[in-house]
Formats: sequence, structure tokens, C-alpha cells
Amino acid sequence: MEITDEILIDLYKRMVRVRLFEEEAGRLAESARLPGFLHLYVGEEAVASGVCGALESQDQITSTHRGHGHLLAKGGDFNRMMAELMGKSTGYCNGKGGSMHICDLDLAMLGANGIVGAGVPISVGAAYANKLTNNGLISVAFFGDGATNIGAFHEAANMAAALSLPMLFVCENNEYAEYSPRHKTMAITDVIERAAAYGFPGAIVDGMDCVAVFEAASLAIEKIRNGEGPMMLECKTYRFYDHVGVKGTASNYRTDEEVEEMRKRDPLVVHETRLIDSGVMDAESIQAIKDGIQKEVEMSVEFAENSPFPELEDMLLDVYTNGESS
Amino acid sequence: MSSDNIFEGANEASSDEANSAERKLGYGAAVVETLAQIMREDESVFVAGEDVGAHGGVFGYFRGLQPEFGEDRVVDTPIAEQAIIGLGIGSAVQGLRPVVDLMFMDFICVAMDQIVNQAAKLKYMFGGGAKLPLTITTAGGAGLSAAAQHSQSLEAMLCHVPGLKVVMPSDAYEVKGLLTSCVREDNPTVFIINKRKLADTCHVPEELFEIPLGEGHIVREGSDVTVVAIGRMVDEAKVAAEKLSNEGIDCELINPRTVQPLDIDLMVESVSKTGHLVIVHEAVRFGGIGAEIAAQIQEQAFDYLDAPIERVAAPFSPIPFSPVLEKQYIPDAERIVAGIKNLF
Repeated sequence: MEITDEILIDLYKRMVRVRLFEEEAGRLAESARLPGFLHLYVGEEAVASGVCGALESQDQITSTHRGHGHLLAKGGDFNRMMAELMGKSTGYCNGKGGSMHICDLDLAMLGANGIVGAGVPISVGAAYANKLTNNGLISVAFFGDGATNIGAFHEAANMAAALSLPMLFVCENNEYAEYSPRHKTMAITDVIERAAAYGFPGAIVDGMDCVAVFEAASLAIEKIRNGEGPMMLECKTYRFYDHVGVKGTASNYRTDEEVEEMRKRDPLVVHETRLIDSGVMDAESIQAIKDGIQKEVEMSVEFAENSPFPELEDMLLDVYTNGESS
Repeated sequence: MSSDNIFEGANEASSDEANSAERKLGYGAAVVETLAQIMREDESVFVAGEDVGAHGGVFGYFRGLQPEFGEDRVVDTPIAEQAIIGLGIGSAVQGLRPVVDLMFMDFICVAMDQIVNQAAKLKYMFGGGAKLPLTITTAGGAGLSAAAQHSQSLEAMLCHVPGLKVVMPSDAYEVKGLLTSCVREDNPTVFIINKRKLADTCHVPEELFEIPLGEGHIVREGSDVTVVAIGRMVDEAKVAAEKLSNEGIDCELINPRTVQPLDIDLMVESVSKTGHLVIVHEAVRFGGIGAEIAAQIQEQAFDYLDAPIERVAAPFSPIPFSPVLEKQYIPDAERIVAGIKNLF
């Protein structure tokens, strides 16, 4: 398939949006300006950007506890994201969900999820609705390598295959289930073997390269839309920061050397090099993109900090539809 | 287990009765009739679960749906309770009205994350933007020697979770009215079908109708004691009330119909008249819905109570297999009579 300059620039912008937002969120967390847990997506930007760049706007995605990147790569709004992270009423969830539950139903983003693996069965449901209403859409479940050890993933994979659903499974294999390395938590090297076990095809992709992800996703999505049933991509990637919070180095579960090696494959740098080498963009225009997005991120912090907290009397609102509560 | 033909003879209303006020229908048959009628009027409704399609459900209360509506709207799923609920959640968020079946209520435990952490909370966590018109049907209750993993009444666990509605029809009329409400409802509901009631018939209107969720029903008016009975226990409490009326105790029998939301106002009103309260449920006493009712009644009607609140419920053990033990385990009219007499 032809990768146009437009696509290359689009993928880059998606990654920069995720990166700069996440770095800002990390700084805010470290200065105690964000409540709660923060699971940063930094290092894995190529996956969400490559996949979302290949989707139609109304294709559904389900996400993970590390979900900011998925929503942002799908076009999420900085202001509503940042406000939600601060628990403000102007946030995506009116301050009631926070980092682990951000969602945007208008963008067909069916929620980050605090339970590992739990979004995958929900994605099956969205795919089933697509099939039943014949709307031409597909659903995508993002999940980590660790999630493929939980029952919900296996039930969902089997059901999607048995019902031949229009669904793309995207494994973000960052090699660690929280703080435990893959080799200690599963006896296989490649998660993709699990797709084969359920009878659908898949491919291993360089998850540090947005173009590789985009190409693989585009191919898979075309087949899925043509009614060939579910498929899976295993994107080999890496998170630069810790499971929760920022730090990332001086850890007891991985070496600084390993982090350093992987940082050399930083997906933004990889793609910037490509853009410059191929003459699509020069360093100056790359910097201009970054500056513009950074300004938007900073404005979102201002927006969020100036936004009100939810009203206490709204505590019980939206437990049930129609504002009922018992 | 298989219970084919468990409600044989109760499947069809007799043609003579079909249009009369006394048209009778079985409890299990009311499930099929209601779903079929709703599916005819609303294309967004579909049914999914283990063996609900070709087999018609292990209790038969989906029988006939797949031949009429096809395999896409009556879906045989793998044995995968988490994915079955996920199928419901994801499709409900997309605007469909799924009815997903967990064959036995005990199996909700396998799907608890999807029910408790996902379905119940999704709307709230998302800031109110999502609707979740999801109905979960499931067969609860003991009495078939189905032992500890196929007999439980776990409604109290579900009632503890904000976001769910929990519905327990006591007869075929309520099956039709409450199930219609559940499917048309925009919140996730758990519709608990009592497996020992399946063959019981009563008058059921031909047309679809709704019984509002959260409104209890006074089954029998009385002046001496309020008896709140849940689900199939309404039948046992009716027998007990008749027996006691011969002994000069006049029972007011309340059937809450839904245990979440709970029509506590109706109970407060009744207790303020009778001064006595007995709560009957098939679930174990400890932490059962009776504990919640008792707590709320003492909060709201303390001054009216002339005696401690009595609970008639199952003992704190897994449900035994042996028919002799199981019979002893499940509350019945005799124990309800004894419980009521304790108050006088």
C-alpha cells in the first residue's frame, strides 16, 4: 500500500499529541497536581497512533488502564482529558472516572479500563453490534501482554472467532506485566501464538515504528471489514516509565541499560528521522508541530486548573439513567 | 443439567382462553412469549447465551425464538460467562438491547467483573454519557437437588452494587410485566427466573405490558403482621397467611417484585399499620436482603414496631444435595408460620 506524505505527517502528529500530553501529565503528577494513579503511555505511541490512524472515525476501540494514548491518538480533546485527570467537572467523565476511565463515545472510544483484560469482551459486544446492524464498522481491543494471561481475554478471543466478528485484537507487548517480566508470567515468547490457538490469523509488528503498525493494521482492517473474522497484531513495544507514575529507571525489575537501549528506538525519533531523511519534513517544521501541540497541552492545564470541581450534590447523579438512584 | 419439558403443558395458552381475562400462561412460557413479542416490535433486541438458540435454553424458556428470529438474533455462545456479559455491554453501548442469559444464577460469579466492575459502573464512570440497556436473565433458586453450585439465590450480592437493578418475579404475570420493563429499561438489569416456578400458571394478559421496577405489590391485605416475601417465597407466604387467618392472625403480604430498587415506602406504610414485620427469602439469612429491609424499617418505622423483626431465610451453609437436607434448608410455609407466631 502507498504511504503518502499526508499519512506520515498524520501519524507523527498523533504520536506527538500523546507524547507531549503524557510528559506534561507526568510532571503534574510528580508535583502532586494530579490525584490518583497515572499510567503513562510514553514509549508506546507508535501502536495507538498506527492503529487509530488506520481506522474510520466511528470504528470502536476499547482501551486499558494505560489508556490516554488510545483516546488521544483517536482524536481526544486535551482540555477534557486534562480536566478529567484533575477530577474536574469539565472532564470527559465529569470528574467521576479519572485517568483509568476516560472515554469519548462520540469518538467511539468505549473507555479506558481499570481491570486488566476487561475491555476485550466489551469490544466483542461492539463488534457483534456492528455485525448485527451491518454498519461496516469494526471494533478494536487494545490490551497488554499481561492481559493475555487472564480469562476474559481468552473467552473474548474464542467468542470473536466462533462468531466470526469484525474485530481487531491489538496486543501492546511491552514485556512487563506491571513489574513482572513476560518470561516469568508466560511460557511462550510471542503472544501471537494465542491468536492461532483460537483459529484466527495475526502478525508480529515492530511496535516502535508507527508506519509498520499502520501498514499492518491497514491490511488487517481491510480483511476484517471484508468479513474475514477477527485478527490480531502483536506490537512489540516498550514503556519508558514505570507501570504507574513516572521514574522508569533505577528499578528493581528491569535494568537502566535495557531502558537506555529501548530509548534509542524511541518511536518519535525513529519517525522524525524517517520524515527528515525522506524529505517529507525538515527539522524546523517538526519543531513547529511540537511547539504548537505543546502550547495546546499547556492551555489544557490552564483550562483544567481553572475548571470547577464537581458539585457535591452531583455525587449520586448518573448512577442510573434518568438520574435515578435508590 | 437438563430439564427439558419441565413446564410441559404450560407452554401454550389454550385457544379458548387466549382472549379472555382468565387466559393462563406458565411462568417459563411467559419468558418466551414476552421475548418473542418484544423482538417482533423492536429489532434492536437480541438474545445470547449458552444453548439459548437451537436447544431453546436448558429450561426451555427460549424455545422457539431461534426458529422465528434466526441465529443472529438468538445467539448460541460458547460457555464463557465473562464474554457473554461483555457481548451484552459492548452491544448495548452501541444502541442495541441485548438480553444475555447466564444459565444458572450461580454462574454470575464467573462473570462478576463484567457485571460489577463494568456493566454496573460504566454509565457513572463515563460521566453519564452512556446508556446500557442490558438485561441479564438467569435461573435462581433451590429445590431441584441441583446442589451447591446450581441452586443459589445471590440477589443480595447484586443489590449491593450501585448501577444494577435486580428483579425477582414471583409468578408468570410478573414475568411478563417485569421482563418487558427490563428490556425497555436503559439501565442494566438482572432478571432472576425461579427454576421451581417454571410450570406454574396464572392469568397473563396477551399483550405486552410493563410493571414498573421499584414498585412492590400488596398480595394480601391484613392488619396484624406485615410479611415481606421475595420471589418464590411469595407462594409459601400465601399458604402461611391462609393457615394463620384460621388461627386469628391477619397477615398483610408484600411482594417487592424488585429488590433493587426496593419499595421500602410500601413496607413502612404497612408496618406502621401492623406493628410487626416478618421477612422471607430463599437466600441465606446472613447479609441477605432481609437484613437491609430490617435496617431500613427500624430507621423509618421504629416507633411502630411492637416486636423485633423476624427473618425466615436459609441457614448459613452451601445448599445441600440430598433431597432430605435440601427440603429442610429451603424456607417453607411451615417455617413462615412459625416465624410469624414468634412475634405474638
